[in-house]
Amino acid sequence: MDTNNNQELHHITAIVENRPGVMQRVASMFSRRGFNMDNLSVGPTDDPKYSRMTITVKGDPSILEQVVKQLNKLIPIIKVRELPLFESIERELGLIKVKAQKPEARNEITQYVEVYHGTIVDVTQDSMIIEVTGDPEKLNSFVKLMAPYGIREIARTGVTAMHRGQKAASDSVKQ
Amino acid sequence: MNGAEALIRGMEKEDVKEIFGILGGSIMDVYDVLYDKTNIKHITCRHEQVAIFASAGYAQASGKTGTCMATSGPGACNLVTGIADAQFDSRPVVAITGQVASTAIGNDSFQEADMVGITMPITKHNYFLKDPNDVPRVVKEAYYIASSGRPGPVIIDFPSDIQKAKCTAEFPKKVSLEGYNPVYKPHQKQISSAIKELMNAKCPLILAGGGVIISNASPELKKFAELMAIPVSTTSMGKGCLPEDHPLALGMVGMHGNKWTNIAIQEADVILAIGIRFSDRITGNLKHFAPNAKMIHADIDPSEIGKNVPVDIPIVGDAKEVLAALYQTAAIAAKAENERANKHTEWGNKMAALKKEFKQEMDYDNVPIKPQKIIHEVQKIIDADPKNTILTTEVGRNQLWTMHYMNIRSPRNWITSGGLGCMGAGFPLAIGARIARPEANVLNMAGDGSFQMTMQDLSTCMANDAPVVNVIFNDESLGNVRMWQKLFFDGRYSETDLTHNPDFEKIAEAYGAWGKKIERPGEIGDALKEAIASGKAAILDIRVDRDECVFPMCPPGGIIHEMID
Repeated sequence: MDTNNNQELHHITAIVENRPGVMQRVASMFSRRGFNMDNLSVGPTDDPKYSRMTITVKGDPSILEQVVKQLNKLIPIIKVRELPLFESIERELGLIKVKAQKPEARNEITQYVEVYHGTIVDVTQDSMIIEVTGDPEKLNSFVKLMAPYGIREIARTGVTAMHRGQKAASDSVKQ
Repeated sequence: MNGAEALIRGMEKEDVKEIFGILGGSIMDVYDVLYDKTNIKHITCRHEQVAIFASAGYAQASGKTGTCMATSGPGACNLVTGIADAQFDSRPVVAITGQVASTAIGNDSFQEADMVGITMPITKHNYFLKDPNDVPRVVKEAYYIASSGRPGPVIIDFPSDIQKAKCTAEFPKKVSLEGYNPVYKPHQKQISSAIKELMNAKCPLILAGGGVIISNASPELKKFAELMAIPVSTTSMGKGCLPEDHPLALGMVGMHGNKWTNIAIQEADVILAIGIRFSDRITGNLKHFAPNAKMIHADIDPSEIGKNVPVDIPIVGDAKEVLAALYQTAAIAAKAENERANKHTEWGNKMAALKKEFKQEMDYDNVPIKPQKIIHEVQKIIDADPKNTILTTEVGRNQLWTMHYMNIRSPRNWITSGGLGCMGAGFPLAIGARIARPEANVLNMAGDGSFQMTMQDLSTCMANDAPVVNVIFNDESLGNVRMWQKLFFDGRYSETDLTHNPDFEKIAEAYGAWGKKIERPGEIGDALKEAIASGKAAILDIRVDRDECVFPMCPPGGIIHEMID
């Protein structure tokens, strides 16, 4: 992928052995090589032997190439793939706790939540927790909207991503 | 069978013959098996750092995987420097570290250290054994990973309770690792493109590195270079891959390379780099490195390709396979032989002329002794039996002079701490080399500073019939750093003076080794012969001129052909 922007974000998926210590190996490699990891999320796959990582990396294309090659060198990492921008789906889940004491504030927030297809998952006398899912930009803009009401806390999962269409990250893993 | 015995049985199946190590509280069950239940020989070292470096020297000299062993905590931590070195210089080593009982892990138990965590960034792979039934598989995998692809160190951390626990698992015949499949055979399309470029080149150059030695590709390199009449330069790790007295051999490139070799790099129009990683000591200023060259880079580790230097034709594969394929393709291209050789004659002649022009004087008779004179005398020892003379070096000017001047004429006969540049490595590397090849003469080119870092292992030499000859360039200082202070720090000699050195002759005597102090250049030759003939470990304490610099030299970050001399 050609880009003039040196600090481009790239998403990489990796199918890894589902064993303890694999995440530590990945983190250790990033710090050893001075790569910038923006985000890392791990979860199970349909096969209990494997886990799937989504890693977001900051850097120019040559750095991305090195990241992919260095990941491939780690023995418990089975398959590494870059997710091309615009050809992949990125999602992140955020929980945002906002101060909401005045009724008018609550009304406004509820409307925003609807526009963002979010869900209000907890309400107390003076706060609400809102769950929003989407690409990171959508979460960013929702957080911005909530800022004037007073944000108490934010928890974000980090990005998980998938290639559009037929292709799968585990292609050629399970033959 | 308990876990400890499973480990040793697994090693026997991997054809392990020698282990270097020191025992301790957390690895006693394994040593109990070594006591009388196996034919594997254990060589007790006097420091764990020596055990790991000796296993690396063993590996480099023999091509087999080296094995070392240490107890938990301090023992294991003492391996760290050597592990980092093995990783840097791609040496196949398996290190077993004892560990506190798995039930005590995390309690800050006595002699507990997280070796898997500590060594993660400096190993090819590492294991923590949690289940005694994993031992047979893990041993098999460890030796496979260490020795295949781009070799490197593998650590097995082995808790004491798992050593004791019963193991009923079978020994696997095969290794199956889904995430590890090194590519040996190169892609023919890349080979053909490379040959096309090399055929059309006017000033082609081969830049061969340690990978050529590791894959035992010297015969293939020689055949290919001769067929195409291409001069061959090497990195320090590649020394000896083509005999350095071969007409096509240009010697070493880089910061401490030959002037003519660095000029060749800068003037070459096509470079075939093979089994090298383009370290900063080779390239100098990257922006001005090989400005005219189309770069063909072959390596078994894809991550090396394009890491430091942009590459026009990448080839992933084992050096031996790559060079064989290049030869075949070149030979098939009908015009190859005569026409090619003729076309490169002008370039070849130019290089030969430069080599003559810049040839440096070696046979000095000065007092204090010029270091060149030592090289001159050791070279005679090599030339008397190039196949059976192994040279190791410490790190410092002893290493730089040796790598710069010495003609190494046979692969696996040159062993040095290249990437990590570790003082104190040379002597243990030499011990390992001598254990691996008892028929060889092994000389360690040492400094007075570096030798003192591991000289206690003269005991190991004496106890295990490893008559390593230590040739000390004694300048009573940390000479290379002192030289940098002279050149780059206005002669501010901060903490580089070692005038309180011990009497090395007496050190030798104390260990029952052979020792001699040498102050006159005429004595070196005879002393070397005498030391070798003594059949004992030896120290030649040669007093050298402290102010002699390693020239020519390219200053750090400089452009490689702009050398100080």
